[in-house]
Amino acid sequence: MSYETVASISQVTSLLLFIGMFVAVLAYALWPSNGARFEAAQRSALDLDRKNPAQPGQGERGPR
Amino acid sequence: MTDTTPERHAFADGMAVLAAAVFALLGLALTFGSRDPAMAFHGALIAAAAILGGLAVLSGVGAPKKEDRDTYMDGPIRVATIAAVVWGIAGFIVGDLLAWQMAVPALNFDIPWLSFGRLRPLHTSAVIFAFGGNVLIATSLYVVQRTSHARLAGRWSPWFVVWGYQVFIAIAGTGYLLGITQSKEYAEPEWYADLFLTVIWVVYLLIFLATLAKRREPHIYVANWFYLAFIVTVAMLHLVNNAAVPVSFFETKSYIAYSGVQDAMTQWWYGHNAVGFFLTAGFLGIMYYFIPKRVERPVYSYRLSIVHFWTLIFIYIWAGPHHLHYTALPDWAQTLGMTFSIMLWMPSWGGMINGLMTLAGAWDKLRTDPVVRLLVVSVAFYGMSTFEGPLMSIKAVNSLSHYTDWTIGHVHSGALGWVAMVSFGAIYCLVPWLWNRKGLYSIRLVEWHFWISTIGILLYITAMWVSGITQGLMWRAYDKLGFLQYSFIETVEAMKPYYVIRAVGGLLFVIGGFIMAYNIWRTIRGDEAVDLAEQPRVAAAPSVRLSPAE
Repeated sequence: MSYETVASISQVTSLLLFIGMFVAVLAYALWPSNGARFEAAQRSALDLDRKNPAQPGQGERGPR
Repeated sequence: MTDTTPERHAFADGMAVLAAAVFALLGLALTFGSRDPAMAFHGALIAAAAILGGLAVLSGVGAPKKEDRDTYMDGPIRVATIAAVVWGIAGFIVGDLLAWQMAVPALNFDIPWLSFGRLRPLHTSAVIFAFGGNVLIATSLYVVQRTSHARLAGRWSPWFVVWGYQVFIAIAGTGYLLGITQSKEYAEPEWYADLFLTVIWVVYLLIFLATLAKRREPHIYVANWFYLAFIVTVAMLHLVNNAAVPVSFFETKSYIAYSGVQDAMTQWWYGHNAVGFFLTAGFLGIMYYFIPKRVERPVYSYRLSIVHFWTLIFIYIWAGPHHLHYTALPDWAQTLGMTFSIMLWMPSWGGMINGLMTLAGAWDKLRTDPVVRLLVVSVAFYGMSTFEGPLMSIKAVNSLSHYTDWTIGHVHSGALGWVAMVSFGAIYCLVPWLWNRKGLYSIRLVEWHFWISTIGILLYITAMWVSGITQGLMWRAYDKLGFLQYSFIETVEAMKPYYVIRAVGGLLFVIGGFIMAYNIWRTIRGDEAVDLAEQPRVAAAPSVRLSPAE
């Protein structure tokens, strides 16, 4: 197999691989049912729903 | 069930002392084995640090108490935060001294340790790795705990990472001044310092992964993805680019495994991804935690943050060859580097928009809270410098810009405008949160810091644009007979006014750093805030934070 053949096979393969990965990322990020899950996950991770604590100090959760 | 905690702690303590003993022996071996005084000094430094560390473990200083299991582990983060401020100021001062040396070369005073060639890596390493690195270590260890709702993994290892990193910085920095370098840009430390850093970095990675593994959140928050990409990629870059064969175990000198254009390509694969993963991905982790926390709103689009992450890390890694346009590097590799650099426009700007739009509906905070302004203006600078970078990677533009001051200006709009400003914002958030204060000592001093450094940055980058383009045009100017129109020294002469303006801009930035250090010092000391009423409620630590007014 010549260098040119190897080069073109690897170029086309990597191009397709990149497109495939990009499509997979887009599908995961934009999948309709994932939207609400992401929002809930980030609000929970950032403790954003604990803005009305009963007393000072309850605004963020501890490690346990 | 029997409580095995005391046994586990005793085991951890024993392992920590053992590790300290191993480091102390290695350090002593270098001290007494090497005929090179600089290496003996570095060995002594490692041995002294290891002995102090071992004694600290034995005496129980800093050991977490049993009830501490219910809290986050913030001690090492406090150390890294203070270290960031101290190294930052040192790095800024050295940088400004270099800027004045460019305008007035006599300012090296004919002292070898103050020569440009030795001070320059000291400046770049101090600001990137000492200042930036400590900010990244501090914020990543803070963020991973909070967003995972889990205490940091490890009993002594986080202390080892933070203090070990400071020892590495001391070895690298004193090495440059003593003339030790492997002459790879941003990877100057020699083989023994590289090996030491490798151990620290692997422990850092393990702490981060182990903390994620015990998280109590189902989802790994996006900031942690960026931090993890930064830690993993920097490990890979460091190992590959620094592959070298030392002359002997007791000599500082080593030979790099690569030669010729392969060495150049490996170096710039490393160099550009130091920008992409150290100075970008890591600091995007800061953006994705500190902006939403400070404005108390979720990220504008979490979906966009996922696309941002994967596209950024897959594209950035290929952009390195744009540092080697019109060199012996094969043409296709240069074009590949250029193409991927241009593709980076999309993720960079997607991320910038995501950061800025997180303020949607709360734009007033930009006016009322200078910490928010630092964070947001940093993202604007991120957008500007990531627009400029791909532009400069286009070969035709690069033929004008390369080797000129335009590159220096570009780097500093990213480093001062993006990296340093987002770090200042994060430090101003972190300090009251870590030391349980009701707010910063003074938010008005933050206002001063913001304006002084912004003016400094603008002076810096505009001077370098004019100087760089002038330089590029003068270098390529021919007279009607086909001779070069200007001698090199004429181009140097033409730069002088811009070098002075740049140095003044840098001086303003240094002054801003001192204002921050004063404010942080007063806050940590526990002095009563002078303008608490003007500070938002999130300025206070969570434990003393008031409920919203409504």
